[in-house]
Amino acid sequence: MEIDRILSAEIESRESAGIEALRAASQHPIPDPDGWLDEQIKRNMLFTTVDAALNWARKTSLWPVTAFTACCTFEFIGASSARFDIARFGMEVLRASPRQADLLVCAGTLTWKMAPQIKRLYDQMAEPKWVIAMGACAISGGIFCDSYSVVPGYNRIVPVDVYIPGCPPRPETLLAGIETLRHKIEKESISKPR
Amino acid sequence: MALPTEPFILNIGPLHPSTHGVFRMRVTLDGEIIQDVEPVFGYLHRGLEKLCEKYTYKQNIPLTDRLDYVSAINNNWPYVMAVEQLGGIVVPQRAEYLRVIMGELQRIASHLLAVGSLMNDMGIFYTAFMYMFREREKIIDLLEMVSGQRLLYNYMRFGGVSMDIPTEFLPALARFLKVMPGFLDEYDSMLTGNEILLSRTKGIGVMSSEMAINASASGPMLRGSGVKWDLRKDAAYSVYDKFEFDIPIGQNGDCYDRYRVRMEEMRQSLRIIHQAVEQMPAGKEKLPVPLRLRPAKGEVYTQIEAPRGTLGCYLVSDGTEKPYRCHFRAPALINLTVLRNLLIGQKLADAIIIFGSIDISMGEVDR
Amino acid sequence: MTTTIDYKDLAVRLQEQFGEGFTASTDCLEVPPNLVAKAAEYIKNMLDFNYFDMVTAADYPDRFELIYRLQSLSHNVLATFKVICSRENPSVPSLANLWLGASLQEREIYDLFGIEFSGHPNLKRIVLWDDFEGYPLRKDFKGKVYGTAN
Repeated sequence: MEIDRILSAEIESRESAGIEALRAASQHPIPDPDGWLDEQIKRNMLFTTVDAALNWARKTSLWPVTAFTACCTFEFIGASSARFDIARFGMEVLRASPRQADLLVCAGTLTWKMAPQIKRLYDQMAEPKWVIAMGACAISGGIFCDSYSVVPGYNRIVPVDVYIPGCPPRPETLLAGIETLRHKIEKESISKPR
Repeated sequence: MALPTEPFILNIGPLHPSTHGVFRMRVTLDGEIIQDVEPVFGYLHRGLEKLCEKYTYKQNIPLTDRLDYVSAINNNWPYVMAVEQLGGIVVPQRAEYLRVIMGELQRIASHLLAVGSLMNDMGIFYTAFMYMFREREKIIDLLEMVSGQRLLYNYMRFGGVSMDIPTEFLPALARFLKVMPGFLDEYDSMLTGNEILLSRTKGIGVMSSEMAINASASGPMLRGSGVKWDLRKDAAYSVYDKFEFDIPIGQNGDCYDRYRVRMEEMRQSLRIIHQAVEQMPAGKEKLPVPLRLRPAKGEVYTQIEAPRGTLGCYLVSDGTEKPYRCHFRAPALINLTVLRNLLIGQKLADAIIIFGSIDISMGEVDR
Repeated sequence: MTTTIDYKDLAVRLQEQFGEGFTASTDCLEVPPNLVAKAAEYIKNMLDFNYFDMVTAADYPDRFELIYRLQSLSHNVLATFKVICSRENPSVPSLANLWLGASLQEREIYDLFGIEFSGHPNLKRIVLWDDFEGYPLRKDFKGKVYGTAN
């Protein structure tokens, strides 16, 4: 019928005008309702270099292995006991296993009979690894430097990073030495070979 | 069909957390049972006796500290006694009492470490060790007040001690003496009746008194086996004849008895310190001695009761300012003579406990 | 308190048993090297000296001296011996079979002085390594001193 044709044409044109209007109004996407997420990202992401991140991780959890030969042992043990507490520096994992360690603390006089064992211990540690020479005997042979059986310093056998003087060094001196080592680790870079 | 087996040599190497220093044992094992033990010494041999001939008498006092580094004050004592006998040097009474007070404080600190390490070996994994180190830190504070050092004090001199006590020492010592018996009671309540400790130490490492005497054991090793021999009573030196104290003796000679002897000796040391503080006279802490001391020609042997046993010093002087020969009778080395006999037939886990109960200090064993 | 044995009396008794060579002084008894083991056995069994305190050595220009200290714990008596042996091929009988406590101390003297103890069950170097040359505690030891000059 005529009216049917006129009505359906009107409906058609009204609907197509609606589609055209919606199309004209939807030229740009509606922004996601996640403005709150921006704040979170700002608070939880930080941008840094690979070097800084890696060095931060390495320096704050140095796991020592014990090369405990003589008297300085007991100042190291005193430093790890409840009063001075190296656990707050991430260092309380004092296992006697070189495979899981990255810091060799050389505490005590080294004799030539013992030297091959220290070399073997150092070789068994995985990279990256650092060495602290603790005490006068470890630096230069100390009070025993003129003896026929004493190695004048651990640096004849293994490369040493930090020297801590004292006979024996107080636990506070040991903690200052560890802090020096941490400053040294901060300056390292994976692009330069150690 | 029987499974073929063969013995296996295990190296309990020089760097091992349970060996109390750089000590090595080559153990031949048949399963878990030990068939043979070969101890290897010398990883800390620093040539101390040869160095003593190179330095003057006074320069050797810090060298002697490094012998048994766990109880350093006691190591000076036989050496200064030997030089005083050769040089005719008189020690004032106040200095003798000061030596006794510091020596007994050091004995308590050394026994705390010995018992703590033994507990470590049993697997407590540092709990008891940390508790005992808490007390050891109190004693180290007292000794630091007097000598300025924490571990190797260099405190004794010929003719006395190096410095008199400061004014704050005696009140601090009184506070320590008041709280220490409470801490010893705490350890007793945690450890002495503990069934794990009893099952791991009773009947282990039994050494009869004949074997102990034949093997020249001394100190708690000898007293744990029932032999009543303590140099502070049987060959009294310094002013020990003026004090009243008991000598704890064990009955069976096993590891438990040696542990109990050490715990009891700590209580007796507290008694001696009380009496020494009461009896100590005023006076000088040392008399003047020539800087380059030249004792008379001769030889002398002096001995004291160190925490690990009889520590002796054999000194030969040829009239010059350096010793001609200086030898230290090290109790830890001689106590280790009997190690092989005690370990054969035991299981490996018990071997660590027996070794811990002998209580050695490698600086003394190897010198 | 520890008393010392009467050395003159002891010298007379030992001379009756084993022959000449024993010289007594106020504080020690000198024993000839070849009679050391026999004299020690006599003292241990007859006089109840059951505790071997220590043995050490000293190096003089013309001789080695070995100093022994033996004690009887039950009677609290001390006896000191001296044994003088020559510097060429020094050799003394070992007492390790009588007293177990002598064994490690004799090994140490062998290691550091070069004095042989015949009859010792396990005489080898104890504190130094096997390839070490020389005997350090002798006065003429010209070993390398690994000081700062090296």
